[in-house]
Amino acid sequence: MFPSKFDYHRPSSVQEAVQILSDNPDAKVLAGGHSLIPVMKLRLATPSALIDIGRIDALKGISRANGSLRIGACVTYNEIANSGVVQDAAPLLAEAAGQIGDRQVRYRGTIGGNLSHADPASDLPAAALALGATLHVSGPNGSRSVSASEFFVDLMMTSLQADEILTEVEISAASAGTGSAYVKFEHPASGYALCGAAAVVTRGAGGSCTGASLCFNGVSATAVSANGVAASLVGSDLSDGAIESAVSNLSIPDAAGDMFASAGYRQELAKAIGAQALRTARDRA
Amino acid sequence: MGISIELEVNGASVSEEVEPRLLLAHLLREELGLTGTKIGCDTSQCGSCTILLDGQAVKSCTVLAVQADGSEITTIEGLANGEYHPMQQAFWDNHGLQCGFCTPGMIISCVDLLSTNPQPSEDEIRHGLEGNLCRCTGYHNIVRAVQTAAETMNG
Repeated sequence: MFPSKFDYHRPSSVQEAVQILSDNPDAKVLAGGHSLIPVMKLRLATPSALIDIGRIDALKGISRANGSLRIGACVTYNEIANSGVVQDAAPLLAEAAGQIGDRQVRYRGTIGGNLSHADPASDLPAAALALGATLHVSGPNGSRSVSASEFFVDLMMTSLQADEILTEVEISAASAGTGSAYVKFEHPASGYALCGAAAVVTRGAGGSCTGASLCFNGVSATAVSANGVAASLVGSDLSDGAIESAVSNLSIPDAAGDMFASAGYRQELAKAIGAQALRTARDRA
Repeated sequence: MGISIELEVNGASVSEEVEPRLLLAHLLREELGLTGTKIGCDTSQCGSCTILLDGQAVKSCTVLAVQADGSEITTIEGLANGEYHPMQQAFWDNHGLQCGFCTPGMIISCVDLLSTNPQPSEDEIRHGLEGNLCRCTGYHNIVRAVQTAAETMNG
């Protein structure tokens, strides 16, 4: 099915893209298009214009400097999953990106498009939350930074303003003694997460836990943090028993059910998948 | 508003004036007559519309023709070069098809798979083809075809 008619713009710089977006309040930003084009074909989205940022080279880099990993908004899932730099500095992100959709989708879909689309059942939002990512955005008044925890507002809603574009994702490079894992229980047909768990744990010199993070996709309207549960692991030996005990208290506020899985089932999945992610992260730390 | 785009499709230069909303799959099938590329689900799931865009397997029902401006495209019609591509021959030899509808997209995905992983395990083949659905469920022979093609192409 065809999308409804729209004007097409292909700016060559972020500045130019922001200007066009400011002039066209009903426009949408197009990166890889693998979230946007499907909803346009279903006429769930009918933007008057598309601003194709897919050829802006400044949005396509992966770099690591001063302990910080920076990934441009138009870097694809495939590039993230296979980047040695990302695998080393943020293995959780590479692992999650490698589980999105299928090969074809991973060649086209981008990290910026994924996070801006904010589909709660996608795989990157929880990873971005668990890694404490900082999202850099550009608008008509310049650039600003938003933490991932403040970025996801509601179902497919972010704190991006209508005239702002996500340009870069910044993540602190993993330190020694840190392990992570992304574990997904996926819908067998769509591959979307009924529940996806992103876990990061850090072990001190004696092996005890000095930091932990646990976040979920697919359970409620946005990716959510269960860092209260994760924090209860700090000081523990991260044994299976300690992890079981911590996740037994897990209750995700506003867990949502749909035709595929009830809210209660997702809560139970979160405990099982969350524990699995924490155990794997521990083994990798 | 028409937009001028230039592509190289199966080795031939193509210039077209297209509506921005024209999907690449429709450009290939309806403007260029390359109906080997199929449109199955039209929702980026089934992979029947898979083509190579600058060497990468993508679902052409989820790419705008304007996004492909300046790119090199290979469809199933462009794989054979005087004789069948080894993947096409392997599908023939192993009967890697039943009704044949998914076959063009399947073969393109298999070519892409071997280009990144020349000697995949059976598990890697099955996992690598998760973006292509065969509703006849003829997967076993498709996997055998990929294994045969891998042997031929590495031999």
